[in-house]
Amino acid sequence: MIRIDIERVAYDYPGGVRALDGVNLAVRPGETLGIVGQNGSGKSTLVRHLNGLLRPTEGQVLLDGSAVERRHVAELARLVGLVFQDPDRQIFAGKVRTEVAFGPRNLGLRGAELDRRVVEALEVVGLAGAADENPYDLGYSRRKLLAIASVLAMRTPIVVLDEPTTGQDLRGVARVRAIMAALAAEGRTVITISHDMRFVAETVRRVVVMRAGRIVLDGTPADVFAAANWNVLASTYLEPPLAALVGARLGVGSTPTEASLVEALGRADVDAG
Amino acid sequence: MSLVLAGVRYRYAGSRTDALHGIDLEVPSGSVTGLVGPNEAGKSTICLAAAGLAPATIGGHLEGVVSIDGVESSSARPHELAQRCGILFQNPATQLSGTAPTVWEEVAFGPRNLALPGDDVVERVTDALAALGIESLAERDPTRLSGGQAQLVALAGILALRPALVILDEPTSQLDPQGTRMVGEALRRLVRENRTAILVVEHKTALLDQLADRVAVVDQGRLIREGPTDEVLSDPALSEHGVEPPPRVRVRSALAGAGLRTPREADVLIAELTR
Repeated sequence: MIRIDIERVAYDYPGGVRALDGVNLAVRPGETLGIVGQNGSGKSTLVRHLNGLLRPTEGQVLLDGSAVERRHVAELARLVGLVFQDPDRQIFAGKVRTEVAFGPRNLGLRGAELDRRVVEALEVVGLAGAADENPYDLGYSRRKLLAIASVLAMRTPIVVLDEPTTGQDLRGVARVRAIMAALAAEGRTVITISHDMRFVAETVRRVVVMRAGRIVLDGTPADVFAAANWNVLASTYLEPPLAALVGARLGVGSTPTEASLVEALGRADVDAG
Repeated sequence: MSLVLAGVRYRYAGSRTDALHGIDLEVPSGSVTGLVGPNEAGKSTICLAAAGLAPATIGGHLEGVVSIDGVESSSARPHELAQRCGILFQNPATQLSGTAPTVWEEVAFGPRNLALPGDDVVERVTDALAALGIESLAERDPTRLSGGQAQLVALAGILALRPALVILDEPTSQLDPQGTRMVGEALRRLVRENRTAILVVEHKTALLDQLADRVAVVDQGRLIREGPTDEVLSDPALSEHGVEPPPRVRVRSALAGAGLRTPREADVLIAELTR
Protein backbone atom coordinates (compact mmCIF):
# COMPACT_ATOMS: atom_id res chain seq x y z
CA MET A 1 0.00 0.00 0.00
CA ILE A 2 1.19 3.44 -0.91
CA ARG A 3 1.69 6.61 1.13
CA ILE A 4 1.07 9.98 -0.54
CA ASP A 5 3.07 13.08 0.41
CA ILE A 6 2.22 16.35 -1.30
CA GLU A 7 4.87 18.87 -0.27
CA ARG A 8 4.59 22.65 -0.85
CA VAL A 9 3.01 22.05 -4.26
CA ALA A 10 2.20 25.05 -6.44
CA TYR A 11 0.84 24.78 -9.96
CA ASP A 12 0.46 27.49 -12.60
CA TYR A 13 -1.68 26.75 -15.67
CA PRO A 14 -0.24 27.93 -18.98
CA GLY A 15 -1.24 31.59 -19.11
CA GLY A 16 -0.20 32.10 -15.52
CA VAL A 17 -3.32 31.24 -13.48
CA ARG A 18 -2.08 29.88 -10.14
CA ALA A 19 -4.36 26.92 -9.39
CA LEU A 20 -2.40 25.51 -6.43
CA ASP A 21 -0.55 27.72 -4.01
CA GLY A 22 1.58 25.77 -1.56
CA VAL A 23 -0.38 22.60 -0.76
CA ASN A 24 0.90 20.24 1.94
CA LEU A 25 -1.02 17.01 2.38
CA ALA A 26 0.01 13.59 3.65
CA VAL A 27 -2.38 10.68 3.03
CA ARG A 28 -1.72 7.40 4.81
CA PRO A 29 -2.36 4.09 3.03
CA GLY A 30 -6.00 3.02 3.42
CA GLU A 31 -7.36 6.46 4.28
CA THR A 32 -10.66 7.67 2.82
CA LEU A 33 -10.34 11.36 2.07
CA GLY A 34 -12.92 13.84 0.79
CA ILE A 35 -11.81 17.08 -0.88
CA VAL A 36 -14.38 19.89 -0.93
CA GLY A 37 -14.28 23.51 -2.08
CA GLN A 38 -15.70 25.88 -4.66
CA ASN A 39 -15.43 25.33 -8.42
CA GLY A 40 -11.95 26.55 -9.28
CA SER A 41 -10.47 26.07 -5.79
CA GLY A 42 -7.87 23.61 -7.12
CA LYS A 43 -9.41 20.23 -6.18
CA SER A 44 -9.20 18.58 -9.62
CA THR A 45 -5.81 20.19 -10.31
CA LEU A 46 -4.48 18.70 -7.09
CA VAL A 47 -5.56 15.12 -7.79
CA ARG A 48 -4.19 15.29 -11.34
CA HIS A 49 -0.75 15.56 -9.76
CA LEU A 50 -1.12 12.10 -8.25
CA ASN A 51 -0.88 10.17 -11.53
CA GLY A 52 1.47 12.55 -13.31
CA LEU A 53 -1.17 14.18 -15.55
CA LEU A 54 0.14 17.47 -14.19
CA ARG A 55 3.63 18.16 -12.86
CA PRO A 56 4.05 20.69 -10.06
CA THR A 57 5.42 24.14 -10.89
CA GLU A 58 6.93 24.16 -7.40
CA GLY A 59 7.23 21.52 -4.67
CA GLN A 60 6.90 17.78 -5.11
CA VAL A 61 4.47 14.87 -4.93
CA LEU A 62 5.85 11.66 -3.44
CA LEU A 63 4.38 8.16 -3.63
CA ASP A 64 6.04 6.04 -0.95
CA GLY A 65 8.85 8.58 -0.75
CA SER A 66 9.61 8.56 -4.47
CA ALA A 67 8.82 11.67 -6.55
CA VAL A 68 5.98 11.23 -9.07
CA GLU A 69 7.87 13.21 -11.71
CA ARG A 70 10.65 10.60 -11.65
CA ARG A 71 8.23 7.74 -12.25
CA HIS A 72 7.08 6.59 -15.68
CA VAL A 73 3.41 7.21 -16.58
CA ALA A 74 2.88 3.45 -17.11
CA GLU A 75 4.18 2.79 -13.61
CA LEU A 76 1.90 5.50 -12.16
CA ALA A 77 -1.08 3.91 -13.93
CA ARG A 78 -0.53 0.79 -11.82
CA LEU A 79 -0.58 2.84 -8.63
CA VAL A 80 -3.21 5.56 -9.10
CA GLY A 81 -6.61 5.15 -10.76
CA LEU A 82 -8.31 8.45 -11.54
CA VAL A 83 -11.99 8.67 -12.52
CA PHE A 84 -12.67 11.97 -14.27
CA GLN A 85 -15.61 14.20 -13.45
CA ASP A 86 -16.93 13.96 -17.02
CA PRO A 87 -17.17 10.30 -18.13
CA ASP A 88 -17.18 11.39 -21.77
CA ARG A 89 -13.57 12.54 -21.39
CA GLN A 90 -12.64 9.02 -20.37
CA ILE A 91 -14.80 6.68 -22.44
CA PHE A 92 -13.74 5.92 -26.01
CA ALA A 93 -14.49 2.24 -26.76
CA GLY A 94 -17.44 0.98 -28.80
CA LYS A 95 -18.41 -1.64 -26.25
CA VAL A 96 -18.77 -1.48 -22.47
CA ARG A 97 -16.68 -4.66 -22.06
CA THR A 98 -13.86 -3.33 -24.25
CA GLU A 99 -13.81 -0.05 -22.35
CA VAL A 100 -13.31 -1.82 -19.01
CA ALA A 101 -10.73 -4.24 -20.47
CA PHE A 102 -8.55 -1.44 -21.88
CA GLY A 103 -6.76 -0.59 -18.64
CA PRO A 104 -5.96 -4.12 -17.38
CA ARG A 105 -4.99 -5.17 -20.93
CA ASN A 106 -2.41 -2.40 -20.90
CA LEU A 107 -1.16 -3.79 -17.62
CA GLY A 108 -0.42 -6.99 -19.54
CA LEU A 109 -3.42 -9.11 -18.53
CA ARG A 110 -4.90 -11.49 -21.07
CA GLY A 111 -7.38 -14.36 -21.29
CA ALA A 112 -9.34 -15.63 -18.29
CA GLU A 113 -7.71 -13.25 -15.81
CA LEU A 114 -8.59 -10.25 -17.98
CA ASP A 115 -12.17 -11.48 -18.43
CA ARG A 116 -12.49 -12.02 -14.68
CA ARG A 117 -11.35 -8.44 -13.96
CA VAL A 118 -13.87 -7.04 -16.44
CA VAL A 119 -16.79 -9.10 -15.15
CA GLU A 120 -16.01 -8.27 -11.53
CA ALA A 121 -15.70 -4.53 -12.15
CA LEU A 122 -18.96 -4.45 -14.11
CA GLU A 123 -20.74 -6.40 -11.39
CA VAL A 124 -19.56 -4.00 -8.70
CA VAL A 125 -21.02 -0.99 -10.54
CA GLY A 126 -24.19 -2.85 -11.59
CA LEU A 127 -23.46 -2.92 -15.33
CA ALA A 128 -22.91 -6.67 -15.80
CA GLY A 129 -26.02 -6.83 -17.99
CA ALA A 130 -24.75 -4.05 -20.25
CA ALA A 131 -21.36 -5.58 -21.15
CA ASP A 132 -22.11 -5.75 -24.87
CA GLU A 133 -23.80 -2.37 -25.19
CA ASN A 134 -22.26 0.72 -26.73
CA PRO A 135 -21.26 3.08 -23.87
CA TYR A 136 -23.00 5.96 -25.66
CA ASP A 137 -26.32 4.09 -25.54
CA LEU A 138 -26.10 4.27 -21.74
CA GLY A 139 -27.52 7.25 -19.87
CA TYR A 140 -25.15 9.75 -18.23
CA SER A 141 -25.35 8.18 -14.78
CA ARG A 142 -24.50 4.72 -16.14
CA ARG A 143 -21.63 6.12 -18.24
CA LYS A 144 -20.34 7.58 -14.99
CA LEU A 145 -20.51 4.12 -13.36
CA LEU A 146 -18.75 2.66 -16.41
CA ALA A 147 -15.90 5.14 -15.96
CA ILE A 148 -15.62 3.97 -12.34
CA ALA A 149 -15.61 0.30 -13.44
CA SER A 150 -12.76 0.99 -15.88
CA VAL A 151 -10.62 2.26 -13.03
CA LEU A 152 -11.69 -0.47 -10.56
CA ALA A 153 -10.57 -3.10 -13.10
CA MET A 154 -7.02 -1.71 -12.77
CA ARG A 155 -7.00 -2.62 -9.04
CA THR A 156 -4.75 0.29 -8.17
CA PRO A 157 -3.80 0.83 -4.52
CA ILE A 158 -4.97 4.45 -4.83
CA VAL A 159 -8.37 5.30 -6.34
CA VAL A 160 -9.41 8.90 -6.99
CA LEU A 161 -13.05 9.71 -7.80
CA ASP A 162 -13.79 13.23 -9.08
CA GLU A 163 -17.45 14.05 -8.33
CA PRO A 164 -18.61 10.39 -8.44
CA THR A 165 -22.21 11.14 -7.37
CA THR A 166 -23.00 13.72 -10.07
CA GLY A 167 -26.21 12.73 -11.84
CA GLN A 168 -26.73 9.66 -9.62
CA ASP A 169 -30.07 8.95 -7.99
CA LEU A 170 -30.43 7.66 -4.44
CA ARG A 171 -29.48 4.11 -5.43
CA GLY A 172 -26.54 5.31 -7.50
CA VAL A 173 -25.19 7.34 -4.58
CA ALA A 174 -25.60 4.32 -2.29
CA ARG A 175 -23.70 2.22 -4.84
CA VAL A 176 -20.83 4.70 -4.99
CA ARG A 177 -20.70 4.75 -1.19
CA ALA A 178 -20.60 0.93 -1.08
CA ILE A 179 -17.81 0.83 -3.68
CA MET A 180 -15.75 3.29 -1.64
CA ALA A 181 -16.37 1.31 1.55
CA ALA A 182 -15.32 -1.94 -0.15
CA LEU A 183 -12.10 -0.35 -1.46
CA ALA A 184 -11.33 1.02 2.01
CA ALA A 185 -12.00 -2.39 3.56
CA GLU A 186 -9.34 -3.83 1.22
CA GLY A 187 -6.90 -1.27 2.61
CA ARG A 188 -6.82 0.85 -0.54
CA THR A 189 -6.62 4.62 -0.40
CA VAL A 190 -9.76 6.36 -1.67
CA ILE A 191 -9.87 10.07 -2.45
CA THR A 192 -13.08 11.71 -3.59
CA ILE A 193 -13.87 15.23 -4.71
CA SER A 194 -17.46 16.25 -4.05
CA HIS A 195 -19.81 19.20 -3.72
CA ASP A 196 -22.24 17.08 -1.73
CA MET A 197 -21.44 17.80 1.93
CA ARG A 198 -23.80 15.12 3.19
CA PHE A 199 -22.22 12.46 0.99
CA VAL A 200 -18.77 13.53 2.20
CA ALA A 201 -19.79 13.62 5.86
CA GLU A 202 -21.30 10.14 5.65
CA THR A 203 -18.66 8.49 3.48
CA VAL A 204 -15.13 9.60 4.35
CA ARG A 205 -13.03 9.59 7.52
CA ARG A 206 -11.13 12.76 6.66
CA VAL A 207 -12.20 15.98 4.94
CA VAL A 208 -9.94 18.59 3.35
CA VAL A 209 -11.41 21.99 2.45
CA MET A 210 -9.68 23.95 -0.33
CA ARG A 211 -9.93 27.65 -1.07
CA ALA A 212 -8.02 29.48 -3.81
CA GLY A 213 -5.43 26.72 -4.25
CA ARG A 214 -4.77 26.19 -0.54
CA ILE A 215 -5.97 23.80 2.14
CA VAL A 216 -7.87 25.78 4.78
CA LEU A 217 -9.36 22.94 6.87
CA ASP A 218 -8.29 19.32 7.39
CA GLY A 219 -9.86 16.88 9.84
CA THR A 220 -12.64 14.39 10.51
CA PRO A 221 -16.13 15.37 9.28
CA ALA A 222 -17.00 16.17 12.92
CA ASP A 223 -13.95 18.49 13.16
CA VAL A 224 -14.41 20.21 9.82
CA PHE A 225 -18.16 20.77 10.14
CA ALA A 226 -17.97 21.87 13.82
CA ALA A 227 -19.45 25.28 14.61
CA ALA A 228 -15.99 26.76 15.23
CA ASN A 229 -15.20 26.28 11.51
CA TRP A 230 -18.43 27.63 10.02
CA ASN A 231 -16.84 31.00 9.30
CA VAL A 232 -14.02 29.30 7.35
CA LEU A 233 -16.58 27.22 5.41
CA ALA A 234 -18.62 30.38 4.72
CA SER A 235 -15.47 32.12 3.40
CA THR A 236 -15.49 29.55 0.59
CA TYR A 237 -19.29 29.54 0.22
CA LEU A 238 -19.77 26.11 1.79
CA GLU A 239 -22.46 25.29 4.31
CA PRO A 240 -22.27 22.47 6.86
CA PRO A 241 -24.90 19.72 6.51
CA LEU A 242 -28.26 20.59 8.15
CA ALA A 243 -27.68 17.90 10.81
CA ALA A 244 -24.59 19.85 11.96
CA LEU A 245 -26.61 23.09 12.26
CA VAL A 246 -29.30 21.33 14.30
CA GLY A 247 -26.79 19.60 16.58
CA ALA A 248 -24.99 22.87 17.33
CA ARG A 249 -28.29 24.70 17.99
CA LEU A 250 -29.34 21.99 20.43
CA GLY A 251 -25.94 22.06 22.13
CA VAL A 252 -25.02 18.40 21.54
CA GLY A 253 -21.68 19.00 19.81
CA SER A 254 -20.63 18.47 16.21
CA THR A 255 -23.09 16.18 14.41
CA PRO A 256 -22.24 16.21 10.69
CA THR A 257 -24.64 13.35 9.83
CA GLU A 258 -28.21 12.56 10.75
CA ALA A 259 -27.07 9.34 12.44
CA SER A 260 -24.57 11.25 14.61
CA LEU A 261 -27.27 13.82 15.47
CA VAL A 262 -29.72 11.15 16.60
CA GLU A 263 -26.97 9.44 18.59
CA ALA A 264 -25.83 12.68 20.29
CA LEU A 265 -29.40 13.71 21.16
CA GLY A 266 -30.12 10.23 22.50
CA ARG A 267 -27.04 10.48 24.73
CA ALA A 268 -28.05 13.97 25.90
CA ASP A 269 -31.56 12.71 26.78
CA VAL A 270 -30.10 9.84 28.79
CA ASP A 271 -27.73 12.23 30.60
CA ALA A 272 -30.59 14.64 31.33
CA GLY A 273 -32.80 11.76 32.56
CA MET B 1 -51.20 27.75 -19.22
CA SER B 2 -47.72 27.65 -20.67
CA LEU B 3 -46.76 23.98 -21.05
CA VAL B 4 -49.27 21.15 -21.34
CA LEU B 5 -48.51 17.47 -21.89
CA ALA B 6 -51.63 15.38 -22.37
CA GLY B 7 -51.48 11.60 -22.68
CA VAL B 8 -47.93 11.72 -24.05
CA ARG B 9 -46.51 8.38 -25.11
CA TYR B 10 -43.12 8.34 -26.77
CA ARG B 11 -40.93 5.69 -28.33
CA TYR B 12 -37.34 6.37 -29.41
CA ALA B 13 -36.40 5.57 -32.99
CA GLY B 14 -35.25 1.96 -33.23
CA SER B 15 -36.64 1.02 -29.81
CA ARG B 16 -39.25 -1.70 -29.30
CA THR B 17 -40.68 -0.26 -26.09
CA ASP B 18 -42.21 3.06 -25.07
CA ALA B 19 -40.04 5.36 -22.97
CA LEU B 20 -43.09 7.34 -21.80
CA HIS B 21 -46.45 5.74 -21.07
CA GLY B 22 -49.11 8.47 -21.12
CA ILE B 23 -47.73 11.53 -19.30
CA ASP B 24 -50.16 14.28 -18.22
CA LEU B 25 -48.44 17.37 -16.88
CA GLU B 26 -49.11 21.12 -16.81
CA VAL B 27 -46.64 23.88 -15.98
CA PRO B 28 -48.45 27.23 -15.69
CA SER B 29 -46.77 30.56 -16.49
CA GLY B 30 -44.95 32.07 -13.53
CA SER B 31 -44.32 28.74 -11.80
CA VAL B 32 -41.67 26.07 -11.38
CA THR B 33 -42.33 22.33 -11.57
CA GLY B 34 -39.58 19.99 -10.43
CA LEU B 35 -39.23 16.58 -12.06
CA VAL B 36 -37.67 13.84 -9.92
CA GLY B 37 -37.23 10.08 -10.23
CA PRO B 38 -34.58 7.39 -10.53
CA ASN B 39 -32.00 7.34 -13.33
CA GLU B 40 -33.45 6.22 -16.66
CA ALA B 41 -37.03 6.90 -15.46
CA GLY B 42 -37.85 9.06 -18.49
CA LYS B 43 -37.16 12.53 -17.04
CA SER B 44 -34.87 13.64 -19.88
CA THR B 45 -37.29 12.13 -22.40
CA ILE B 46 -40.09 14.26 -20.94
CA CYS B 47 -37.81 17.30 -21.40
CA LEU B 48 -37.19 16.41 -25.05
CA ALA B 49 -40.90 15.86 -25.70
CA ALA B 50 -41.88 19.06 -23.83
CA ALA B 51 -39.38 21.11 -25.85
CA GLY B 52 -40.72 19.69 -29.11
CA LEU B 53 -37.38 18.05 -29.96
CA ALA B 54 -38.90 14.58 -29.72
CA PRO B 55 -39.87 13.54 -32.32
CA ALA B 56 -39.30 16.61 -34.59
CA THR B 57 -35.50 16.61 -34.26
CA ILE B 58 -34.50 13.24 -32.82
CA GLY B 59 -37.13 11.08 -34.50
CA GLY B 60 -39.17 8.40 -32.80
CA HIS B 61 -42.94 8.27 -32.41
CA LEU B 62 -45.05 10.47 -30.14
CA GLU B 63 -48.72 10.12 -29.32
CA GLY B 64 -50.75 12.60 -27.29
CA VAL B 65 -50.44 16.37 -27.23
CA VAL B 66 -47.62 18.73 -26.29
CA SER B 67 -48.56 22.40 -26.39
CA ILE B 68 -46.71 25.56 -25.44
CA ASP B 69 -48.85 28.65 -24.85
CA GLY B 70 -51.75 26.91 -26.52
CA VAL B 71 -49.82 26.08 -29.70
CA GLU B 72 -49.34 22.40 -30.41
CA SER B 73 -45.65 21.64 -30.82
CA SER B 74 -46.35 19.20 -33.65
CA SER B 75 -47.78 22.03 -35.79
CA ALA B 76 -45.11 24.63 -34.88
CA ARG B 77 -41.93 25.17 -36.89
CA PRO B 78 -38.59 24.64 -35.13
CA HIS B 79 -37.73 28.38 -35.08
CA GLU B 80 -41.14 29.18 -33.59
CA LEU B 81 -40.58 26.59 -30.87
CA ALA B 82 -37.09 27.92 -30.21
CA GLN B 83 -38.51 31.37 -29.49
CA ARG B 84 -41.04 30.04 -26.99
CA CYS B 85 -38.97 27.41 -25.29
CA GLY B 86 -35.36 27.18 -24.14
CA ILE B 87 -33.93 23.81 -23.15
CA LEU B 88 -30.72 23.19 -21.21
CA PHE B 89 -29.28 19.74 -21.77
CA GLN B 90 -27.74 17.59 -19.08
CA ASN B 91 -24.23 17.86 -20.53
CA PRO B 92 -23.23 21.48 -21.29
CA ALA B 93 -20.65 20.23 -23.81
CA THR B 94 -23.53 19.22 -26.10
CA GLN B 95 -25.15 22.64 -25.69
CA LEU B 96 -22.41 25.15 -26.46
CA SER B 97 -22.29 26.22 -30.10
CA GLY B 98 -18.60 25.46 -30.62
CA THR B 99 -18.42 28.46 -32.95
CA ALA B 100 -18.07 31.35 -30.50
CA PRO B 101 -14.56 32.59 -29.65
CA THR B 102 -15.62 34.03 -26.28
CA VAL B 103 -18.21 33.33 -23.60
CA TRP B 104 -19.81 36.70 -24.40
CA GLU B 105 -20.28 35.69 -28.04
CA GLU B 106 -21.56 32.26 -26.96
CA VAL B 107 -24.32 33.81 -24.84
CA ALA B 108 -25.10 36.26 -27.67
CA PHE B 109 -25.48 33.39 -30.16
CA GLY B 110 -29.19 32.78 -29.42
CA PRO B 111 -30.38 36.42 -29.26
CA ARG B 112 -28.46 37.17 -32.52
CA ASN B 113 -30.30 34.30 -34.22
CA LEU B 114 -33.57 35.94 -33.17
CA ALA B 115 -32.40 38.93 -35.28
CA LEU B 116 -32.66 41.29 -32.32
CA PRO B 117 -31.19 44.82 -32.55
CA GLY B 118 -27.57 45.10 -31.32
CA ASP B 119 -28.45 47.08 -28.18
CA ASP B 120 -30.96 44.42 -27.13
CA VAL B 121 -28.39 41.68 -27.63
CA VAL B 122 -25.86 43.56 -25.47
CA GLU B 123 -28.44 44.14 -22.74
CA ARG B 124 -29.58 40.51 -22.72
CA VAL B 125 -26.06 39.10 -22.61
CA THR B 126 -25.00 41.53 -19.87
CA ASP B 127 -28.09 40.67 -17.80
CA ALA B 128 -27.69 36.90 -18.25
CA LEU B 129 -24.01 36.91 -17.25
CA ALA B 130 -24.75 39.11 -14.22
CA ALA B 131 -27.71 36.96 -13.12
CA LEU B 132 -25.38 33.96 -12.80
CA GLY B 133 -22.39 35.90 -11.46
CA ILE B 134 -20.15 34.95 -14.39
CA GLU B 135 -19.29 38.40 -15.82
CA SER B 136 -15.62 37.56 -15.25
CA LEU B 137 -15.85 34.71 -17.78
CA ALA B 138 -17.02 37.02 -20.62
CA GLU B 139 -13.71 37.03 -22.53
CA ARG B 140 -12.82 33.37 -21.88
CA ASP B 141 -12.73 30.70 -24.58
CA PRO B 142 -15.93 28.58 -24.13
CA THR B 143 -14.02 25.40 -25.00
CA ARG B 144 -11.64 25.88 -22.08
CA LEU B 145 -14.09 26.11 -19.20
CA SER B 146 -14.53 23.74 -16.25
CA GLY B 147 -17.71 21.60 -16.22
CA GLY B 148 -19.38 23.93 -13.71
CA GLN B 149 -18.44 27.06 -15.65
CA ALA B 150 -19.67 25.54 -18.93
CA GLN B 151 -22.97 24.67 -17.24
CA LEU B 152 -23.44 28.30 -16.13
CA VAL B 153 -22.52 29.65 -19.60
CA ALA B 154 -24.99 27.26 -21.27
CA LEU B 155 -27.70 28.41 -18.83
CA ALA B 156 -26.83 32.08 -19.52
CA GLY B 157 -27.40 31.35 -23.21
CA ILE B 158 -30.93 30.17 -22.37
CA LEU B 159 -31.66 33.11 -20.06
CA ALA B 160 -30.58 35.54 -22.82
CA LEU B 161 -33.30 34.11 -25.09
CA ARG B 162 -35.93 35.08 -22.46
CA PRO B 163 -38.31 32.30 -23.54
CA ALA B 164 -41.78 31.87 -22.02
CA LEU B 165 -40.89 28.29 -21.12
CA VAL B 166 -37.55 27.10 -19.80
CA ILE B 167 -36.75 23.37 -19.56
CA LEU B 168 -33.68 22.44 -17.53
CA ASP B 169 -32.20 18.94 -17.33
CA GLU B 170 -30.09 18.83 -14.18
CA PRO B 171 -28.85 22.42 -14.46
CA THR B 172 -26.70 22.31 -11.31
CA SER B 173 -25.16 18.81 -11.54
CA GLN B 174 -21.60 20.13 -11.85
CA LEU B 175 -21.99 23.24 -9.69
CA ASP B 176 -20.68 23.95 -6.22
CA PRO B 177 -23.16 25.01 -3.50
CA GLN B 178 -22.62 28.72 -4.29
CA GLY B 179 -23.23 28.17 -8.03
CA THR B 180 -26.34 26.12 -7.20
CA ARG B 181 -27.69 28.95 -5.02
CA MET B 182 -27.06 31.51 -7.79
CA VAL B 183 -28.90 29.36 -10.33
CA GLY B 184 -31.81 29.06 -7.87
CA GLU B 185 -31.93 32.84 -7.41
CA ALA B 186 -31.69 33.53 -11.16
CA LEU B 187 -34.57 31.13 -11.85
CA ARG B 188 -36.72 32.62 -9.10
CA ARG B 189 -36.14 36.09 -10.58
CA LEU B 190 -37.07 34.80 -14.05
CA VAL B 191 -40.37 33.46 -12.73
CA ARG B 192 -41.12 36.60 -10.72
CA GLU B 193 -40.18 39.21 -13.32
CA ASN B 194 -40.98 37.48 -16.64
CA ARG B 195 -43.73 35.04 -15.55
CA THR B 196 -41.64 32.26 -17.12
CA ALA B 197 -42.80 28.67 -16.78
CA ILE B 198 -39.96 26.39 -15.69
CA LEU B 199 -39.72 22.60 -15.81
CA VAL B 200 -36.57 21.41 -14.05
CA VAL B 201 -35.12 17.92 -13.62
CA GLU B 202 -33.03 17.91 -10.47
CA HIS B 203 -31.56 15.31 -8.12
CA LYS B 204 -30.84 18.03 -5.56
CA THR B 205 -34.17 18.02 -3.75
CA ALA B 206 -32.83 20.72 -1.40
CA LEU B 207 -32.89 23.10 -4.38
CA LEU B 208 -36.40 22.03 -5.44
CA ASP B 209 -37.54 22.44 -1.84
CA GLN B 210 -36.73 26.15 -2.13
CA LEU B 211 -37.49 26.72 -5.80
CA ALA B 212 -40.37 24.59 -7.05
CA ASP B 213 -44.09 25.25 -6.63
CA ARG B 214 -44.91 21.69 -7.55
CA VAL B 215 -42.99 18.44 -7.93
CA ALA B 216 -43.73 15.49 -10.21
CA VAL B 217 -42.29 12.01 -9.58
CA VAL B 218 -41.54 9.87 -12.65
CA ASP B 219 -40.63 6.19 -12.58
CA GLN B 220 -40.42 3.74 -15.49
CA GLY B 221 -41.92 6.24 -17.92
CA ARG B 222 -44.98 6.94 -15.80
CA LEU B 223 -45.99 9.92 -13.71
CA ILE B 224 -46.31 8.43 -10.24
CA ARG B 225 -47.25 11.52 -8.33
CA GLU B 226 -47.63 15.28 -8.83
CA GLY B 227 -48.49 17.88 -6.22
CA PRO B 228 -47.33 20.80 -4.07
CA THR B 229 -43.57 20.61 -3.35
CA ASP B 230 -43.80 20.16 0.42
CA GLU B 231 -46.37 17.38 0.14
CA VAL B 232 -44.47 15.40 -2.50
CA LEU B 233 -40.99 15.85 -0.99
CA SER B 234 -42.26 14.89 2.50
CA ASP B 235 -43.81 11.67 1.23
CA PRO B 236 -42.04 8.69 2.86
CA ALA B 237 -42.54 6.75 -0.40
CA LEU B 238 -40.22 9.16 -2.24
CA SER B 239 -37.07 7.13 -1.61
CA GLU B 240 -38.74 4.03 -3.08
CA HIS B 241 -38.58 5.89 -6.38
CA GLY B 242 -34.85 6.52 -6.04
CA VAL B 243 -35.29 10.10 -4.85
CA GLU B 244 -33.45 11.41 -1.81
CA PRO B 245 -35.72 13.54 0.40
CA PRO B 246 -34.40 17.08 1.07
CA PRO B 247 -32.27 17.62 4.24
CA ARG B 248 -35.20 19.26 6.05
CA VAL B 249 -37.33 16.13 5.63
CA ARG B 250 -34.47 13.72 6.43
CA VAL B 251 -33.52 15.49 9.66
CA ARG B 252 -37.17 15.76 10.71
CA SER B 253 -37.70 12.03 10.07
CA ALA B 254 -34.48 11.11 11.88
CA LEU B 255 -35.43 13.12 14.99
CA ALA B 256 -39.06 12.00 15.01
CA GLY B 257 -38.14 8.39 14.21
CA ALA B 258 -35.82 8.26 17.22
CA GLY B 259 -38.56 9.78 19.40
CA LEU B 260 -36.38 12.79 20.14
CA ARG B 261 -38.60 15.55 18.74
CA THR B 262 -42.12 15.64 17.34
CA PRO B 263 -42.24 16.43 13.61
CA ARG B 264 -43.75 19.82 14.53
CA GLU B 265 -40.92 20.68 16.95
CA ALA B 266 -38.36 19.58 14.37
CA ASP B 267 -40.01 21.76 11.68
CA VAL B 268 -39.91 24.85 13.92
CA LEU B 269 -36.25 24.27 14.74
CA ILE B 270 -35.24 23.65 11.12
CA ALA B 271 -37.23 26.66 9.87
CA GLU B 272 -35.41 28.83 12.41
CA LEU B 273 -31.99 27.51 11.29
CA THR B 274 -32.55 27.73 7.56
CA ARG B 275 -34.27 31.11 7.45
